[in-house]
Amino acid sequence: MGFITQHPVLVVSLVKIAVLLFIVMTALAYLTWLERKVIAHIQSRWGPYYVGAHGLLQPLADGLKFMFKEDVTPPASDRLVYTLAPFLALALSLTAIALIPFGPPSVQLLGQPVFVVSNVDIGLLFLFSITSIGVYGVALAGWSSNSKYSLMGGLRSSAQMISYEVSLTISVIGVLLLAGSLSFNDIIKGQGGYWWHFIPKWHLIPQIIGFLCYLTAAIAETNRIPFDLPEAETELVAGFHTEYSSFKFAMFFMAEYANMITVSCLATILFLGGWLSPFPDRWTWQLYLPGAGLILLGIYCAYDTVKTMRGIAQLQFAVVTLLALGGGALCLIPVVAKDIQGVFWFTAKILAILFFYIWMRATLPRFRYDQLMSFGWKLLLPVSLANLVLTALVIVWPMLVRHG
Amino acid sequence: MSIPLILFIVCALLAIGGAVALILAREPIHSALALILVMMSLAVLYLLLGSPFIAAVQILVYAGAIMVLFVFVIMLLNEGVEERTNFSRLAKYVGLPLGFFLLLEFGHWLAHSPAGAVIANGAGASGQAADTAKLSEQLFRQYLFPFEATSILILIAILGALVLARKEE
Repeated sequence: MGFITQHPVLVVSLVKIAVLLFIVMTALAYLTWLERKVIAHIQSRWGPYYVGAHGLLQPLADGLKFMFKEDVTPPASDRLVYTLAPFLALALSLTAIALIPFGPPSVQLLGQPVFVVSNVDIGLLFLFSITSIGVYGVALAGWSSNSKYSLMGGLRSSAQMISYEVSLTISVIGVLLLAGSLSFNDIIKGQGGYWWHFIPKWHLIPQIIGFLCYLTAAIAETNRIPFDLPEAETELVAGFHTEYSSFKFAMFFMAEYANMITVSCLATILFLGGWLSPFPDRWTWQLYLPGAGLILLGIYCAYDTVKTMRGIAQLQFAVVTLLALGGGALCLIPVVAKDIQGVFWFTAKILAILFFYIWMRATLPRFRYDQLMSFGWKLLLPVSLANLVLTALVIVWPMLVRHG
Repeated sequence: MSIPLILFIVCALLAIGGAVALILAREPIHSALALILVMMSLAVLYLLLGSPFIAAVQILVYAGAIMVLFVFVIMLLNEGVEERTNFSRLAKYVGLPLGFFLLLEFGHWLAHSPAGAVIANGAGASGQAADTAKLSEQLFRQYLFPFEATSILILIAILGALVLARKEE
């Protein structure tokens, strides 16, 4: 007890880290489910269907399968680096999420903000420094496997990530100029207010070019289609993780999805107003949106349970229904509804961006390598640089005019 | 023992260990990894000194950009294990003791000089954490000329690299 009172920040942080880790791991697992489902429906298939109702237990089954597979280390590989690479990839991508504020700092417990693990003043810079060393996981995996496919994948990914990191960072500087701060909380708070009393003053509108550049560069940074050259199946078998199996492969997989979540969070914070609601404060009914949404979902699930589910799936889906209805009812309590607002909007925005990513994956073919490089250096970089210069000019213009 | 002290000891040991491993490692990639470890530990030490901006830039620029290029080049050339030559006798009997003596002397000076006291207490400990806004104000007002001069220098270096890399037509 004495330790807790002596180090409140440490203890609360540890609890927050544990909770966040659990939530992020679950979110990662269900992101794979969502991705398979969405792509399947875009391609007129059903996607995972048999493990649990609507394939809801598929991520669990996948995880178990990964754990029970044989863990092969190629004899010619560099053992130390080979083992280190997946850990590095996963640890770094999870560390980045600790900096994200999922809700307003005003929601507190024991004098500590609940929705952020580490509220750093220069959060954005720290996030970039963590993601900038994320490339080592992939590069080292490619090198240490001692296989030509892996090495090519690792090389490609280092080149790609270095190239697109430049555009990614420069596209974000426009937002920094507008916000005048590196702290996530300040950047989000700066986006409060409305044009004509109903259009939210998010950076999305003045920085629309920056936003598009960011989204494109972020897809390349996370090595996803159409920029998934590090693991281009038709050319490189599986790229940098060709030799990896069992849980080490799963770790790369998880790192990739964690990176997706991180870049979506960053897009939300920088361009979409973070945990701010898109509706003006005077519309008080929006307090009940999260609860109402969950209850609607629950009602649909109940309909589905009775109408289409049979056997054990019916039982499983009944549990989902009850969870949705119960959660919805909980969110309708005014005190909870008030605290949950920020997180609700943040999650909704992240989900929208993630859906966009999955949509892109189902729609676009892969770039060729030279196309990728010329697109990054000859189009994306000049455009984001022009955006930066334009933003700086617009900000400085009034001062120039005043001082003659 | 306070938490910052524990962190300091761990990171200092990691930095020294990484530096030693950098020299002793036979694989170039292992050396590069050890160097990254040194840089990361230094970044944590900067944090402890109350300068988060420098810490972040240290990771971003050194570990995140320069070392990635190092690793990239090593991977591209796929260099084998480095060759060993015999350890120079002069370095063994004169260099090592001299280096050790220099280290002792430096430690002694740091422990007794005012600069050492500032470093030991840290700017953060005295409640003057280096604010990014203040830092940039200094950089763009007081030290504007050196800053601009450095950027021109870097620009010249970029042009030089371009000229060297260009193929003869």
